[in-house]
This record gives sequence, C-alpha cells and structure tokens, in this order.
Amino acid sequence: MLVLMSTTRRGFIAAAGAAATPNPGHAQDHDHDHQAVPSDPALRAKALESLLVEKGLVDPAALDALIDTFEHKVGPRNGARVVARAWVDPAFKQRLVADAPAAIAELGYTSGQGEHMVVVENGPKVHNLVVCTLCSCYPWPVLGLPPVWYKSAPYRSRAVIDPRGVLREFGTQLAEDCEVRVWDSTAELRYLVLPERPAGTANLTEEELAALVTRDSMVGVAKAPPPGDKA
Amino acid sequence: MNGVHDMGGLQDMGPIQHESDEPVFHAPWEGRTYALNRALRAWGKWNLDASRHEIELLPPADYLRMSYYEKWLQTNSSLAVKHGLITQAELESGKPEPGSPKATPPLTAGMSSRFLSRGIPSSRDPRVRPLFRVGQRVRARNLNPPGHTRLPRYARGKIGTIDRDHGVYVFPDTMAHFRGEKRQHVYSVRFAARELWGEQASPRDSVHLDMWDDYLEPA
Repeated sequence: MLVLMSTTRRGFIAAAGAAATPNPGHAQDHDHDHQAVPSDPALRAKALESLLVEKGLVDPAALDALIDTFEHKVGPRNGARVVARAWVDPAFKQRLVADAPAAIAELGYTSGQGEHMVVVENGPKVHNLVVCTLCSCYPWPVLGLPPVWYKSAPYRSRAVIDPRGVLREFGTQLAEDCEVRVWDSTAELRYLVLPERPAGTANLTEEELAALVTRDSMVGVAKAPPPGDKA
Repeated sequence: MNGVHDMGGLQDMGPIQHESDEPVFHAPWEGRTYALNRALRAWGKWNLDASRHEIELLPPADYLRMSYYEKWLQTNSSLAVKHGLITQAELESGKPEPGSPKATPPLTAGMSSRFLSRGIPSSRDPRVRPLFRVGQRVRARNLNPPGHTRLPRYARGKIGTIDRDHGVYVFPDTMAHFRGEKRQHVYSVRFAARELWGEQASPRDSVHLDMWDDYLEPA
C-alpha cells in the first residue's frame, strides 16, 4: 500500500485499485494505511446496518440470504454450464443465440432486475468483448458479481478505444484478420460471450467441457483454454 | 452529466490488475454493503437509475479513489437520508431518534430469492412504436444533459447503424430524476471503431452500444 504515497497519476489510479483488493495481513505491516481511508469502511458499514435494523428498515436475515446467493448460488459456473451445453448441442446453441433468456432458463437460471441477456459467439473471424464504460453492468445471473478489474478505471476506459491492447494484456492473441466487436453495456441488456470450443476436446463430456470454461472467456478477455492449460 | 464515471476512451489509467481466484467479496462488509443496497431498494423509494446517478454524483476525486463497495457504502447512506428513511442526525449518531416509529422490512430472507428473480415490466409494449429500423444509419445526438444519461460522450455526434431492436424500455434520463418512465425502443447500434477513434483503430473493429430513441437522429 506504499504505492499510495506515489504522486504520479498512474500511482493514484493504481492506489484506487489496490484499495479495492485489500490484503489485510499485508496492510497491517504499514503505517500509512490509516491515512489512505479516513474512516474504516467496515465500521461505517456496521454502524449503518445496525441503525437500519434498529429502525426496522432492513431484516439482517434477508442480507444473509442475499450474500449466500451471490457467494454460493450464482457465479461463473452457471455460465460455464450454458457454454458447455451450447458446445455439445447445436440446437441449443441456435436457441441460445436467437433468444438467450429462454435458452438459459432451460438450464434453470433466471435473470433478475429486468436484465435481458444477449449471447454473442466467438469464432476464428470474430472476437467479442464485453464492458460497461459507465458503471459495472454485468450478466450476473450467469456470471455472478463482476471481478474488481471489470469495474476498474483501466478496463472501463480502454476496452472501447484499445480492445486489442486490452486483449494482449490478458495474454490473448488474435489473428490480424479477426474482427473485434466490443459490447458496451449501456442499457439493461447483458452480454455473455460464447467462447470458441478449444481444440482437443472432441472426447470430453459436457461436464468436463464446463470445467474448461473460464469467467474471463465469457467476458471475452480470454479464450477458453485447451485441456491441461487452464488459466 | 459529463462526469468521471463516463470513462470510455480515457487513456493512461494504468494497467488492468487481474486477480486470480478472486473471492466474490474481499471482506464481509462488502457483502453486507451489497445486500443492504438491495434491501434498501426494496422500499421502492428510488430506482436503479437513481441509484446509479447517486454514485455519479460523488465528488470526482472520491469516485476515482474509492473502491467499488466504498462507493456503495457512501450512497446507501446518502440515498437513505435523501429519501427520508433515516435522518442525517441518525446517520451521525448511529441511533434512531427518540420516539421514531419502528418499521417493518419489506424484504425478508424468504423473499430475497424471489426478489432477485423479479424482472421489470416486459420489453414488449406494442403501443410504443420504434422511431428507427434495423439497417438504418443513425447519428448519436450531441446531448450534454446535466443529469443522468446512458449516452457516453465518446459516441456523441458519431454515425452508426441500427443492428438490432431490443424492444421497449424505460428511459434512464427521466427515471433517475423521478420524471416518469418515458418508454421507448432501445437498439443495438454498431459504430465502426474508426468512426469513433479515427485512423489509429483497426478498420475491422466495431463498438456496439445500446441506445434509446431519444439518443438518436437519422443520419
């Protein structure tokens, strides 16, 4: 967290990112941390919750249930099952690309908040990449809550102006003749990338295929890795 | 509002910090803060667009400095005060004011999963006619509203093509300010990367934005 003392612009932004990924054990090694955040968010969050509970405005058990949902029930494994099904079942894939909410519901995942899902398919000639430049819109029914980097200034700013540079930063190489389509989620549509099925997977079961599908490949910053090469 | 939240196209913001095996929440307070936001919204005093706009209203330096859930923590408090669920004095003291009535929470544990899967009204409203058709060339209007908008600066004045009609949605520019739904069609509009960024961009690439009728004009 010493980076907070940096006076460069990049240092400032990096510090903002670092604040989002705290390492409590490490943070206590330094004297500067109490200067970085004027008031401990954990204490402020606790004070706000106890006030709201005391006034009868929120039920703490409802908060527990919501947290449990996002920690254990929705997440990228849901999306991975959708992708694996599309890889093994061409009719499902057709339905998925034509009407994603209905096809995804076949697997028991429903969207909330009115997000309407759209699935975009990657191939050798087209690579899709998803971002929300204005906030943090993300297809949570199939991917859960977004990772910190997805919500960060470096990704949100650069994905639209330099998608190939962003992809290189994630170690993703594209052929020069491959078209890049960036999807900026500016409305209530939520985009899921259907990655290309990796080579050498002809004999894998649907379940084994699902294990290959990474979150990053469904955002479009990476490809689904071949067996034995899981990122 | 032309704020720092409208980040598309900014440069020199630093490297992307990817974390492998990232947890859903990095600390318990982040989960509590996320859930509190959902539980407070269940009161129906404000909507998703107003909630987004509240984050945009954070002072720019704070917006860049704060972590994601610090922003939510701050706006959970400010929205609850702004919409009369708590008073500023209660927020500062952490205690209900003497004699204040005890409410009944609208969201309980048993309801929370149902709450999460409840959608907004259908996007198929045949009474609302589309102003544009698939394949049509359009220009993103040069609008600079002082309030909430989902029209990013980098697209304003640029020419694109309607790629898909997504149906009818409420309009965030009015919703965020409690000025009505103003339902209209939303389209996926394809902009060539070179139209947006000039010759430095690949001639093959494109950016698709979802845009409401009110953001567009014929080109």
